[in-house]
Amino acid sequence: MTDALLKLEGLHKSFGALKATDGVDLTVMPGEIHALIGPNGAGKSTLIAQVAGSLKPDAGRVMLLGENVTTWPVARRARLGLGRTFQVSSLANGFSVLRNVMLALQARKTGAFGSWAGFWASVRRDEGLRAEALGVLDRVRLTLRAEDPVGALSHGERRLLEVGLALALSPRLLLLDEPMAGLGPEGTKELTAFLATLKHEAGMLLVEHDMDAVFALADRISVLVYGQIIATGTVEEIRASAAVREAYLGDHLHEKAGGA
Amino acid sequence: MGAALNREMLVNAALALLLLAAPLIAFALDEPFYVALASRVAILALAGVGLNLALGIGGMVSFGHAAFFGLGGYVAGIAALHAFEGSAFLVWPFEIGGSEHMLVICLVAMAVSAAVALAIGAISLRTTGVYFIMITLAFAQMIYYFAISLPTYGGEDGLSIYLRSGLPGIEADDPLTFFLVCYTLLLASLFCMHRLVDSRFGAALQCARMNPERLATLGIAPYPVKLTAFTLSAMVTGLAGALFAELNGFVSPSMLSWHLSGEIIIFVILGGVGRLFGPVAGAALFILLESFIGGWTDRWQLVLGLILLSVVLFARGGVVGLLAGRARHD
Amino acid sequence: MSAAFLIEQLLNGVQLGVMLFLMAAGLTLVFGVMGLINLAHGSLFMVGAFFCAWIAGETGSFWLGLGGGFLAAAAAGALVEILVIRRLYDRDHLDQVLATFALILIFSELMRWVFGDRPLYLDIPEALSGAVPLPGGGGYPAYRLAIIGVGLATAAGLYLLIAKTRLGMQIRAGESDREMIGALGVDIRTLYTAVFALGAALAGLAGGLVGALQSVQVGMGEPVLILAFVVIIIGGIGSIKGALLGAVLVGVTDTLGRVFLPQLFGLFLPASEASSVGSALSAMAIYLLMAAVLAFRPRGLFPVDA
Repeated sequence: MTDALLKLEGLHKSFGALKATDGVDLTVMPGEIHALIGPNGAGKSTLIAQVAGSLKPDAGRVMLLGENVTTWPVARRARLGLGRTFQVSSLANGFSVLRNVMLALQARKTGAFGSWAGFWASVRRDEGLRAEALGVLDRVRLTLRAEDPVGALSHGERRLLEVGLALALSPRLLLLDEPMAGLGPEGTKELTAFLATLKHEAGMLLVEHDMDAVFALADRISVLVYGQIIATGTVEEIRASAAVREAYLGDHLHEKAGGA
Repeated sequence: MGAALNREMLVNAALALLLLAAPLIAFALDEPFYVALASRVAILALAGVGLNLALGIGGMVSFGHAAFFGLGGYVAGIAALHAFEGSAFLVWPFEIGGSEHMLVICLVAMAVSAAVALAIGAISLRTTGVYFIMITLAFAQMIYYFAISLPTYGGEDGLSIYLRSGLPGIEADDPLTFFLVCYTLLLASLFCMHRLVDSRFGAALQCARMNPERLATLGIAPYPVKLTAFTLSAMVTGLAGALFAELNGFVSPSMLSWHLSGEIIIFVILGGVGRLFGPVAGAALFILLESFIGGWTDRWQLVLGLILLSVVLFARGGVVGLLAGRARHD
Repeated sequence: MSAAFLIEQLLNGVQLGVMLFLMAAGLTLVFGVMGLINLAHGSLFMVGAFFCAWIAGETGSFWLGLGGGFLAAAAAGALVEILVIRRLYDRDHLDQVLATFALILIFSELMRWVFGDRPLYLDIPEALSGAVPLPGGGGYPAYRLAIIGVGLATAAGLYLLIAKTRLGMQIRAGESDREMIGALGVDIRTLYTAVFALGAALAGLAGGLVGALQSVQVGMGEPVLILAFVVIIIGGIGSIKGALLGAVLVGVTDTLGRVFLPQLFGLFLPASEASSVGSALSAMAIYLLMAAVLAFRPRGLFPVDA
């Protein structure tokens, strides 16, 4: 049995009386896109935060690439191989697009310091790093925006940059937090197509509301309701599940299944 | 963007030349007072350069940098005292006496500042925002109260330095020579700062200021980066403090006061926070204002307060911002 | 060392604590509700002290002076809020620090201009100039006991204000969600001015009370301001409960530290060294206390999550 990229075992997290995460088990296998769906308030953000490392669970374990990372801080998990995008774009706003990517590459290769040269040698004039960064921007089709300040990017372009930054880390697992949010139909199609090409590079835990994207991309879907996973299965299984329909999708899925 | 770069470089070059020319002219006109004044500007600018690394580049609003300035000054004062008396500062576990060598004093001042900054930073940097500001202020106060309660080193009255320390082959007693030493150190530290900001470390530090969450997500923990920057920043300010004590021949506990911490922040803001030569412009402007306005009226502090208030409310880019435009985003 | 001496020192510590509470409460309230750090708070303490001393000197009545100082500080606070402070709510903390630092310079010079360089003196009112007998012998100054009383009464009053009145409800709502209360139709500008003036009034009250214990001079507010910062860091910025506990902790630690640390060191060091080491350490005692609290609770004892 191949080792899972990500394994959540019995995660619990409460805020006072509110049980945001109530015994969650979940795995992401290599080469798979595992989508996490659920109504608002289901606890998706809390779960993401526990996977990323910005929140410590009250109980349970987070296993990343075979390591128990439950107490590891965000930066350490990133170095292990976790790439993450944010629902609300979180970029280095004072830097250009290219500088953002160069920082990501620098982080993967030498960290903040590296050798003594890390305090002295110019990073802006590091041709090798620039070239590599342009390569990353090529992949997400932002080459033309390389020298522009982040503030000048459109919403969709910011999304792509986030994905580019995550890819620059050469991750084994991608954590994507509602990447389609705020994108129009064109943008969603493009990003969906792009993500589909990444499958063999990195497994993905994709949190999404956009059902078209989910059904197009996901190998497996887990449904989170009130902090609990009520169902996990393939697209067909989830679509067919009465429990899921009842808890979450209502007639929306039923129509899709009938009309598609 | 090329134009913006050239403008700022021109402004920087102009500032550097003005700061050199003024005392040379004063020397030629036999006005040693103005030579000493230029030294004062260079030294306070140096203190600001240190703070600028932490505050302008790193985004750490330290209201306690006077602690390092004062510690540097006390290193100079204590070294001079023990050298003069022939006594020892520390007898156990190994003997540490005084020193008359400026190089030694400067290095020790930087080392002491670094050690204290590591301790203060390690605790303070676990907090952010308002907490950080107040905690750095409080720790600086702690050092202040400690210094004035030690009668051996002058207590509230401070410590006199009878003999300025020396550099091999250089007449450091001569005002112009001393200015040139300070000026050289200022330019050297500006050059180092320039390289540092442009380096990988600098990029990580700037991201730690702009978006620490993003930095961590890329795999670099912000805390060690900030702590290193804080420590380096303290070393530069500590060096300035040692020079200041040498300049005045006196170490006053007011070098540790939070008013001074505030004033150093003022230089940096007046000149343009985060801009390389900002502290030079700010210190020069501050000293000029102090000299001229202080000459007319006793109410210099009132005028300073009003100017500062206006700058904060209406003119955030500082002098360099006014002259050279907005900083390159890159 | 007798029980009476210990009790006397403890009471001194509590009295210092209570006075710090008056300062810290205003500071923490302003931060909790408006998110603003105000370095000029010590200047309002000074304004209260000056007006109290001046009015008491002119009218011969301490009580009129105290009331006058309280009102003068409140007025100064309201004026400063309208002219300067309200432009700072949306700014970052560095801007707030610098602007309020500028206000310190301005206030100090203004006071110096109006009242001159020499300190003013304020006499303890006749009614409170005696001593109250302590268990174990000796007496404790009635005035200091009265200060403790005033402080505790203020703490109770603040509690009632915040928990039981409409203004208090608006304050509590403002602390949790600044944007919402505007949307709910609360007049934010007046609320903020009122909160700021309230904090200033408390500082002015503290200044007036302390004015009788030490001389009134420019700059007297600054050591107190720093102590107040230490108090709210320990107590948790935004928490009145934390301010009270922190204030008493700081007051007692500082007072007992100054008295007993040199004696403690005297047990195993020669007298002169014990005195200097002891007094140096006692000067640092409250900062060491602060560092110790922060080591376990980086956001203070009762952090308010805003």
